[in-house]
Amino acid sequence: MRDIDVSVITDEIEKMCMHANRHLPKDMQEGIKACRACEDGPIACTILDQIIDNFQTADKEEVPICQDTGMACIFLEVGQEVHFTGGALYDAINEGVRRGYTKGYLRKSVEADPIRRGNTGDNTPAMITVDIVPGDKVKITVAPKGFGSENMSALRMFKPSAGLQGIKDFILETVENAGPNPCPPIVVGVGIGGNFDHVALAAKKALLRPVDSHNPDPFYAALEDEMLEKINELGIGPQGLGGKTTAIGVNIETLPTHIAGMPCAVNISCHVTRHETEVI
Amino acid sequence: MAEELRRIQLPLTPELAKTLHMGDNVLLTGTIYTARDAAHERMTENLKKGIPLPFDPKDATIYYVGPTPAEPGKVIGSAGPTTAGRMDKWAPEMISLGARGMIGKGKRSASVIEAVKKYSGCYFGAIGGAGALLAKHIKKCRLIAYEDLGPEAIRELYVEDFPVTVIIDCEGNDLYKSGRAEYLKLHNEKKQ
Repeated sequence: MRDIDVSVITDEIEKMCMHANRHLPKDMQEGIKACRACEDGPIACTILDQIIDNFQTADKEEVPICQDTGMACIFLEVGQEVHFTGGALYDAINEGVRRGYTKGYLRKSVEADPIRRGNTGDNTPAMITVDIVPGDKVKITVAPKGFGSENMSALRMFKPSAGLQGIKDFILETVENAGPNPCPPIVVGVGIGGNFDHVALAAKKALLRPVDSHNPDPFYAALEDEMLEKINELGIGPQGLGGKTTAIGVNIETLPTHIAGMPCAVNISCHVTRHETEVI
Repeated sequence: MAEELRRIQLPLTPELAKTLHMGDNVLLTGTIYTARDAAHERMTENLKKGIPLPFDPKDATIYYVGPTPAEPGKVIGSAGPTTAGRMDKWAPEMISLGARGMIGKGKRSASVIEAVKKYSGCYFGAIGGAGALLAKHIKKCRLIAYEDLGPEAIRELYVEDFPVTVIIDCEGNDLYKSGRAEYLKLHNEKKQ
């Protein structure tokens, strides 16, 4: 067993919350620049120039890229040889979020109750996902997620008869309905299979992958490319004002599923798709 | 569509709004007010009880934004627009009271477009997700109401050359429809 004091997790998450909100990952920076290179419309080019200027300014001046610094989505892959000491793991994660969002002057966007509302004042609780894996390491991913794009996401419980075409149509329909709202160019995370809850998580995890990566299964890698092309034919464009680049990338994650079903979740993310990972 | 930038001095009178056309890129200078979902809900609930708005709505412009907190020595944190459609429920009433200018991002409902036409208003789009850049155009920030709402409190901002695009003008034109249609028309012509 390897003992890890949970204060190490707190410290790491504090730093990562601040860093992730100020520095757009390299894959996203390159993806947006590639969009700019292929656009030729004056409106689309002007918007992409400003989007690039914005993330470069945030990077240089150490300020949040976007005012929606999101709900803190925290993913932990915990090696089964790890023994946490010094307190409760979830408390330690939330303390890291609390400190990072307070010290980093990040927006506190979390409401304590979905109906009765009331801001918690420190952006906790985080949205925490823990997976147990072999080994004695802890892999931490921090992915602040804004709600302009989260609100445009969708989940549907397809029957197997809907087939591949049903999935393709649903992805396009979700992006079409989203239009300008999720701050395009967007990243589209797709989960297919599993059940009601796991398909949504698969879509979210798809967004953690670099935007220029592909599903290791050639069938789904080809589907990612095909859907990216189809989405970009919609013409929604940067900020929804028309153009070639509605999406920067499409990432698909799949799960085995039930004989009676074919769930599909589409998690839309904006041009400020933030994720960073550290291994302890 | 106009390429050059036009400087606009707020407040947004009906006469001024009538000179703005869909697709115009304009730079706004003057006083604006921040309000999001929770502030709109409270303002309209208060109006029913006879409590006036925390600012004078006459020719006012509302910016749909919840900024990040200001670091020491700074006016404001990052401050880009939020999705305007969430305010559609309350926007026609606000416009009818005189707050004819709106800054946000994303689609608006038919009833908002109708109100913009009826009261000669304007819906401006700012670049969503460009909060670090847009904050540079905010020169003053003062919290004026609903402090308990945190990022959703109402703030009076003074902006200089704040860059926006006219999305919906007082003739009811909508750039989200026209901009995309124009792109697709050109794109399809090239393909043929």
